[in-house]
Amino acid sequence: MSLELKEVSKQVGGETHIYPTNLVFDSASFNILLGTTGAGKTTLMQIMAGLDKASTGSIFFNGEDVTNIAVQKRNVSMVYQQFINYPNFTVYENIASPLRVANIGEGEIKKRVGDIADLLKLSPMLGRRPSELSGGQQQRIAMARALVKDASLVLLDEPLANLDFKLREELRDELPRLLAERNCVVVYATTEPMEALLFSGHTAAMHEGRVTQFGPSSQVYREPNDLVSARVFSEPPINTTSVLKAGNEIRLSPGISWNVAGELARLKDGPYTFGIRAHHVTIQETGNTPIQVDGTVQITEISGSESVVHFRMNDNNWISQSPGIHPYDVGSTAHFYVDISHGLYFDEHEKTISV
Amino acid sequence: MNKTINQKAWFFVLPVIALVAFNAIIPLMTVVNYSVQETFGDNTFFWAGVIWFEDILHSERFHDSLMRQLTFTFTILLIEIPLGVIIALAMPRKGFWVPVCLILMSLPLLIPWNVVGAMWNIFALPDIGMLGRMINSLGIDYNFTRQIGDAWFTLILMDVWHWTSLVVLLAYAGLVSIPDAYYQAAKIDGAGSWAIFRFIQLPKMKRVLTIAVLLRFMDSFNIYTEPFVLTGGGPGNSTTLLSIDLVKIALGQFDLGPAAAMSLIYFLVILLLSWVFYTLMMRDEEQ
Repeated sequence: MSLELKEVSKQVGGETHIYPTNLVFDSASFNILLGTTGAGKTTLMQIMAGLDKASTGSIFFNGEDVTNIAVQKRNVSMVYQQFINYPNFTVYENIASPLRVANIGEGEIKKRVGDIADLLKLSPMLGRRPSELSGGQQQRIAMARALVKDASLVLLDEPLANLDFKLREELRDELPRLLAERNCVVVYATTEPMEALLFSGHTAAMHEGRVTQFGPSSQVYREPNDLVSARVFSEPPINTTSVLKAGNEIRLSPGISWNVAGELARLKDGPYTFGIRAHHVTIQETGNTPIQVDGTVQITEISGSESVVHFRMNDNNWISQSPGIHPYDVGSTAHFYVDISHGLYFDEHEKTISV
Repeated sequence: MNKTINQKAWFFVLPVIALVAFNAIIPLMTVVNYSVQETFGDNTFFWAGVIWFEDILHSERFHDSLMRQLTFTFTILLIEIPLGVIIALAMPRKGFWVPVCLILMSLPLLIPWNVVGAMWNIFALPDIGMLGRMINSLGIDYNFTRQIGDAWFTLILMDVWHWTSLVVLLAYAGLVSIPDAYYQAAKIDGAGSWAIFRFIQLPKMKRVLTIAVLLRFMDSFNIYTEPFVLTGGGPGNSTTLLSIDLVKIALGQFDLGPAAAMSLIYFLVILLLSWVFYTLMMRDEEQ
């Protein structure tokens, strides 16, 4: 089972929600739609499911055009951010509901519900109602309902967003295991770059209704096509500043410069944008080629064993993420080390220049 | 941990107690007082015990008005609750027509009760009223001041017109609070519109519908003004509901003792039935 979108777009009342999009999801693949709220993830998923009609373009399941086929006949299942279950059904009946619609025999239903309930640790509460259970358990029921019917397309729309931290971690670990060995296309929407990296799969970076890049998650992360994709895939936000290139020298400010080789060195001289993720800007000197920059500290957030320092450097707001606890005073000047070997360079169209 | 014990909190509760005493406890105790005494009008009272209660409970007149009251209340509940839900389901969820519908729906609720009674009285008059003339011109002999069936028909129609809106507004509030995702999930499961209503909308509306049933039950059981203005309890005693009968005994005949006893029984009946309704409708939540 594979899913293909061809030139799919969505306009609502003269406003474009999705720009023409082409995507191919392979059979038995885990695909992530990564983007901020409003990037168009949910709209795209609803078009994939058939809950919403695309304004233009076509959708293919296994090479078969399903653009005009109703959602009921597409064999899809979906899990939402809210915990959606039938309120007056027991857990068992909730999980069984998609099978009942499909006219499956009682014995088979019992077996399949039992299996999936075991997998999702819902067996002890099959006789209870969703409202009596915790949020994590309710979301598990919704997942069980989505998985029990062997859908060829499983859509998960920020399924962990409404859960507390611990449960989120737990379900995040379980998910790949649950979805493995299923010959279905999984599409998972999230706003968190961390999540996209945790699930080994493909990531489609989305921004304002466009898929800016699609590929293996680690590749999209390490080699973003452009600044927009890099921004989508960075948390804390990626640090950027304009730099001047002259020959094979990159100058950030008077006195701060370094040498580059490769394609960048061969390009014409002039201004470029330099981008570096926060964890490559550290308080300690790390990496092969650290460059020292000075900044005025604005806020220091200390989370357990990590310090996130927001500082101002040459009229840019930068963020440094370093191990250890480093309480800086607001307004003080501090030294930071930029590991430029992880730097990204963008041209005037914000396209990445491979180094 | 040491708890500081002081009695200062009572000062904060005192105003409420005083208020409740004036508007509920004292009037209620006056009624209790009347219900166990006999008076001959010159402000002298004699102990009567539970005579009035026995009288009322054995009185055929009371039984008849109680039956009429129960018939009226259950009829309007059976009409107004389903009708209100159907109208709420048919109302738009978003767009320009939402406020228009909501305002139109609220209009009957804004009209004073005695005006509703007077309005329907004139509206239904067989010779000059629009409704009365229309029904008669269809060849049906309709006269709500003379025929019992017609009087009941008009009374129930008036109540449905006046109060269905309340059910609509409550049911609508319940409906719009259901997230879209529920409908989508049901669609993915392949559920039809009946299944969506039965398994999503109805359970999600349960709480507001419980409130609607309770409010309509209590209000209709206490109803006085509208039927009094419309039919005055007639023809004969055919539309004399409990409250109308109570006023006749208390103010018409000035039988304060029996009237007080009847008030208390009336009150207990409402309390008991409300409790039954609530318990039945909330049964599942407790489990």
